[in-house]
Amino acid sequence: MSEKAKSIASKKDFNQDERLKKVSNLKILLNRPELGAVGGAILVFIFFGIVAGDTGMFSAYGALNFLDVSANLGIIAIAAAMLMIGGEFDLSIGSMIGFAGICIAIPAIYWGWPLWISIIFAFAMAVLVGYFNGILVVKTGLPSFIVTLAMLFILRGATLAITRLITGRTQVPGLRVLIENDPIAWMFATDTFKWLFTWLGSMNLIALRTDGTPLATGIPPSVIWFIAITLFATWILMKTRYGNWIFASGGDKTGATNVGVPVGRVKISLFIGTAMAATLFATIQVLDAGSADTMRGNLKELEAIAAAVVGGCLLTGGYGSAIGAAFGALIFGTVSMGIFYTDVDTDWFKVFLGAMMLIAVVFNNYIRKKVTENK
Amino acid sequence: MKTIYKSILAFVAWVMLSVSAFAVDVIVVSHGQANDPFWSVAKNGVDTGCKDMGISCKYTAPATFDMVEMAKLIDNAVSQKPKGIVITLPDAAALGKSVKAAIAAGIPVISMNSGSDDFASLGISAHVGQTEFEAGVGGGEKMKAAGGKKALCVNHEVGNVALDRRCAGFKKGFGGSVDILGTSNDPTEIQSAVAAKLNGGYDTILTLGAGLAGEAALKALKSAGKVGDIRLGTFDMSPGMLKAAAAGEVEFLIDQQQYLQGYLPIAIFGQYMRYGTMPAGVVMTGPGFVTPDNAAKVIKWAAQGYR
Repeated sequence: MSEKAKSIASKKDFNQDERLKKVSNLKILLNRPELGAVGGAILVFIFFGIVAGDTGMFSAYGALNFLDVSANLGIIAIAAAMLMIGGEFDLSIGSMIGFAGICIAIPAIYWGWPLWISIIFAFAMAVLVGYFNGILVVKTGLPSFIVTLAMLFILRGATLAITRLITGRTQVPGLRVLIENDPIAWMFATDTFKWLFTWLGSMNLIALRTDGTPLATGIPPSVIWFIAITLFATWILMKTRYGNWIFASGGDKTGATNVGVPVGRVKISLFIGTAMAATLFATIQVLDAGSADTMRGNLKELEAIAAAVVGGCLLTGGYGSAIGAAFGALIFGTVSMGIFYTDVDTDWFKVFLGAMMLIAVVFNNYIRKKVTENK
Repeated sequence: MKTIYKSILAFVAWVMLSVSAFAVDVIVVSHGQANDPFWSVAKNGVDTGCKDMGISCKYTAPATFDMVEMAKLIDNAVSQKPKGIVITLPDAAALGKSVKAAIAAGIPVISMNSGSDDFASLGISAHVGQTEFEAGVGGGEKMKAAGGKKALCVNHEVGNVALDRRCAGFKKGFGGSVDILGTSNDPTEIQSAVAAKLNGGYDTILTLGAGLAGEAALKALKSAGKVGDIRLGTFDMSPGMLKAAAAGEVEFLIDQQQYLQGYLPIAIFGQYMRYGTMPAGVVMTGPGFVTPDNAAKVIKWAAQGYR
């Protein structure tokens, strides 16, 4: 083409409406909030792969161990992320875990209720607590930080006081025997894909016990629930009107209300969501350990928020994703279990965890800056 | 790239180069947190044992008293395929699954400090610790030898099975009459409860915890001026009670010697790895008695983290 024709052609491109411009799929992918978290997860796996690769961390049994921790954290992290996108915090998640555990254990052991009714009772209490949190935040306009912090203390104290009042101790054991014939409990307590592990064991691809059965018996229930909740939350956020409402409520509360978004209802439902996620966590844990304890879930809300932030959620709301929070939880779980495979003295555990978190967030930020600058 | 990012990258690279992971011979999973002074003595026992045996060990504990987290740490240890695992067993129901998985994977397990009742049923090879009943018996016999006829056993945590056993063992060893005084775990309440009993003709008082109940009982005795007349003994140790023992105000402290609870399992595994030897049943680390005669030395070692 001649010089003049070329310059006319390029001017045409320049004047074309930006909104009609084709954006490459790669650019779309790079702009997603999850990118940093995925990158962080890959970084963490490379780190431990190099440092602790042959210690058994990535054996079937070892991997399922840290995946279980990640999945459990992921369940509450996703709920916390959705609430954070909606512009609020829930600091009472950890206390709700302890409370829900007691709501399952005391009726089942001391009042003779069938286990499945106790589980439903715990979820019903979660709806009540979540609704209470939400109503307080919406009606008083107080920062959710303070309201849920107060609930953190109230719930934890109530758990301890009520448990000691009824049982005289702080732990309620004896639940494992009740799981067997229960119509609901199996959903929270059964390993799946057992056939896969038995087959892998028979092919000698994974470690075996002394009697020939595989050491890793199956996928823990937390992982299945975690994947299901990630998919569900992603669908809500990306594909439904309700998801748009969440982003709007967190991004600009007044603007959203003016456009007709029922911000109050959205926030209350999100608080109910976090309380129910905490109850799901508690159910899985109580059925796995066979007992409930008043101190369970201590400080878990901080981990959930950390996982959500590492996963790309902004503390100010209106931006983030469920998949990001899922990867944030994966990073957290891998790091917290991974340090025990290295020869770093476990006194340094908290330093290690905090440093890793910081690096993951800085990395996340760096990626996001680089990508948005290249527009 | 900005300097901050460069420096973070350099830091990560340095960590990766300096952190390593070698296969470890023995992994210790304890419920005792790193910041608990009682458990740092046990950890010192583990570290000394590993050095003496010439094997590599790792001491791990959950960040909080969380049995679920502890079970995860046991699973974690199993996946590393060590030659042996040492655990504490404060909750056999919650930890049972992970312990059985360890044994099924062919890794021998020794328990220490807690779980003397449950360890055998889980398939654990041996238990190293102090059994509450026998420790109480030892204390009772000592008080009997000192001439005691009527005793008061102060239980500051009614409902704790381990404490009930301590009083029961004491009764057996003492032979004379033993009354049990149940109190709350508030030190002022303990002090007034004990003070109220001081005119009941008792010549012996046993408390089941040093820092809380022991020091409160001692205060009650001091304010009634009965320190020499009524003999006071206690379970466990605290700096205050150690000083009182050195001054001759306390008859004895029952020391469960948690240093040995850390050291002995490592020594046992060290020999097991060489010759396959394994003791059967319970290896008792207590009761060790700290009396006015040896209190001064114990205070010195406690300051260094060995008692």
